[in-house]
Amino acid sequence: MNAARRHLFSRPWIWSFAATIIVWIVTVLFTGGASSLDLSQAALTFAAFSVIVGIGQMFVITLGPGNIDLSVPATMTLSGTLALKLMDVQDGMIIVGLLLSILLGFAVGIGNYVLIKLLRIPPIIATLSMSFIIQSTAIWANRGLRIKPPDMLADFTTSNLFGIPNIAIVALILSALAWVLLEKTIYGRWISAIGQSTFAARMTGIPVDGTRLVTYILCAVLASICGYLLASFSGGAALNMGSEYLLMSIAVVVIGGTAVAGGNSNIPGIWGASLFMFLVVSMLNTYGFGAGFRLILTGLIIIAVIFVAGGRQSNR
Amino acid sequence: MPPTIDDVFRMNEVTARREVVAARGIKVTFGAVKALDGADLVIHAGECVGLVGHNGAGKSTIVNVINGGLTPHAGEITHAGKGGQHGISAARASGIRCVFQELSLCPNLTVTENARIMHAELAGWNWRTKARALVERKLQDIFPGHRIDCDSTVDDLSIAERQMVEIAISFAGLHEKPKLVILDEPTSSLDAGLAAQLMAYIRRFVGEGGSVLLISHILGEILSTSDRIVVMKDGRVVADRAAPEFSSRSLVEAMGNVVREQEWLRSPGKRGGAPVLSTPPRRGHGLAFEAHRGEMVGLAGLGGHGQTETLLDLYLSRNGNWWPAREKEISFVAGDRGLNGTFPLWSILKNLSIASLRNLSSNSIVDRGREASLGNGWKKRIEIRTPDMENHILSLSGGNQQKVLFARALATTARIVLMDDPMRGVDVGTKQEVYEILRAEAAGGRTFIWYSTEMDEIRLCDRVYVFREGAIVAELVGDEITEQNVLEASFAGGEAA
Repeated sequence: MNAARRHLFSRPWIWSFAATIIVWIVTVLFTGGASSLDLSQAALTFAAFSVIVGIGQMFVITLGPGNIDLSVPATMTLSGTLALKLMDVQDGMIIVGLLLSILLGFAVGIGNYVLIKLLRIPPIIATLSMSFIIQSTAIWANRGLRIKPPDMLADFTTSNLFGIPNIAIVALILSALAWVLLEKTIYGRWISAIGQSTFAARMTGIPVDGTRLVTYILCAVLASICGYLLASFSGGAALNMGSEYLLMSIAVVVIGGTAVAGGNSNIPGIWGASLFMFLVVSMLNTYGFGAGFRLILTGLIIIAVIFVAGGRQSNR
Repeated sequence: MPPTIDDVFRMNEVTARREVVAARGIKVTFGAVKALDGADLVIHAGECVGLVGHNGAGKSTIVNVINGGLTPHAGEITHAGKGGQHGISAARASGIRCVFQELSLCPNLTVTENARIMHAELAGWNWRTKARALVERKLQDIFPGHRIDCDSTVDDLSIAERQMVEIAISFAGLHEKPKLVILDEPTSSLDAGLAAQLMAYIRRFVGEGGSVLLISHILGEILSTSDRIVVMKDGRVVADRAAPEFSSRSLVEAMGNVVREQEWLRSPGKRGGAPVLSTPPRRGHGLAFEAHRGEMVGLAGLGGHGQTETLLDLYLSRNGNWWPAREKEISFVAGDRGLNGTFPLWSILKNLSIASLRNLSSNSIVDRGREASLGNGWKKRIEIRTPDMENHILSLSGGNQQKVLFARALATTARIVLMDDPMRGVDVGTKQEVYEILRAEAAGGRTFIWYSTEMDEIRLCDRVYVFREGAIVAELVGDEITEQNVLEASFAGGEAA
């Protein structure tokens, strides 16, 4: 029993799930249990978007100190905008639109790494400058028009399968793939090794640059797919649709128990953290707090979670 | 009655025998390594003591004990005959200054500001003027005709100028002159003219009653400047005699006097056929490097003379940074575990298997079963002392971590293994185990390129390249590989200069 408990508590993701359940219970209690199904479905849907971008960001953060992708929100916006424009409300173009998104992700990822490597710019600056280029392209492509998604795609993103939102199922499948990639493949070992010591990784024969390039591409592709889904879900692309995902993609990684210093990552934790982040906001909403107070409380809660999690890790 | 000439002479003699600092029976250990094993070093006022010995003999360690940076595990330090106090400030209070081998000026500050850091008494109103005057006077004193602007930041100075500034700051004193200045390789970046000026100044400083502890690999300097020469080997003082009793030859012999039995029978005739690895001379001078199948090639010479850089160049030029190699051709055993060896978050097994994942996986998915059996095979073969290969890598002792790094390189299919002084901090028993394995692997056709600072290991090689100042200056084959020949080749340039 004791050993089992220690085993369970040695998993960093357990904390984000525990916090999620507490917040869920508190919210449901306040509303008298009336909306518990709606609340759960909404939480799964919105958490799914954070999970998809969070996984990409997690791979990048695993590469070690200094690695981060700030171009996530802009990539989401551009991907949503271009895909909806290309599909032009035709159901037959859904797959083509998805391919365009993925292609765009490839281009952004390569662009990011070219800036980082060839111009020797730190990733934080390189991806931020890249995001200006992407965002400007989105503004130029959008021109204030709001194009609707194809009906079939809109239906898919807003409906459920056996009570579970389709979006959440997509995110679950992507998470499973990412977990296999991280835990079972050579690539997963490589990024963890690079995150622990880039020089040592190089000296064991790991192609460091190639691996990092693939990781930045992976992150941008996931952001593109997320933008494609989010634009379809919300009935059209908006220029600010990605903005809240800048902080979100990083926060869910950190709260989920991935080491910020790199080398150690955690996919279940991203789910716990994403659900938690959504539920905190909706809990504060149901308690009727104003927007300003809500943001302050959200910030304080994030700090508290990281503080508790950080205190645990330093005991290791 | 005024003192007679005889009286003055006798007084000088008394002063000359006064101890400035004495270290007796000093023992210092770092883990399993005995850096100092009962070393004695006494420095009197008015003498220049030369300290020589090969790398790892304990020279820098005893310097750090004397200047208070290291507390010895056994033995005592006395300043001017008085013991009891120890530490950097106590050493400084008794007039001990140290010019380090690694230059220790702050690069973002000016020369004057650096002087202020070393000399806390340069305080109060207008300290900059005082500091500038102090440093300029001393620079002029030691290196007449220098062209150093004391208001420029250290960053803007050349390496030689930095070394000059550091030496000048250490010899300078506002109210009190230093009693003992320790110079650790002071001429390593000075040209012959400046070095001669410094040596002349040391003689003047000593003549005025100061003392100098001079560490140098350039034997000519040591012989011409010192009054007394102390030779260290393996953490002990093996010779301590007046300088005129030594010649360059006898110094070299004193440094490596223990000639051990040749245990390893070298197999001749390995040089046939095309080399498996070769590079042109580094930076266009010296000899070219080449290695043949099944050969054990040693890289010798003093530490930091280009051996590690050569290994890194060889490795990086043959390992792509963008595409994974289809067949691993070359592998690397790190000497500096923390910097380029272990992955601290991982288990022993993951640390061992990282270089051979390609052979342990199908369709890019790592086969855990094959990985575990590889780990257990090497655990037995190289005797990694752990109950479970899934344990954390940092749970192992340093020597066992090093065995994991050996196993990592040897478990690959690579036919060439580069070793960057991999036995640092490894105890004798482990070394013997690893030597056995290397011997067997070399007989099986693997090529080893082995940089080592230990003479015993260099003697195990079939062929040795000796490095000096970044280039290969000598090639020794078979029975030519003796400590004496290696030392002579490592020092030859200094004697000529």
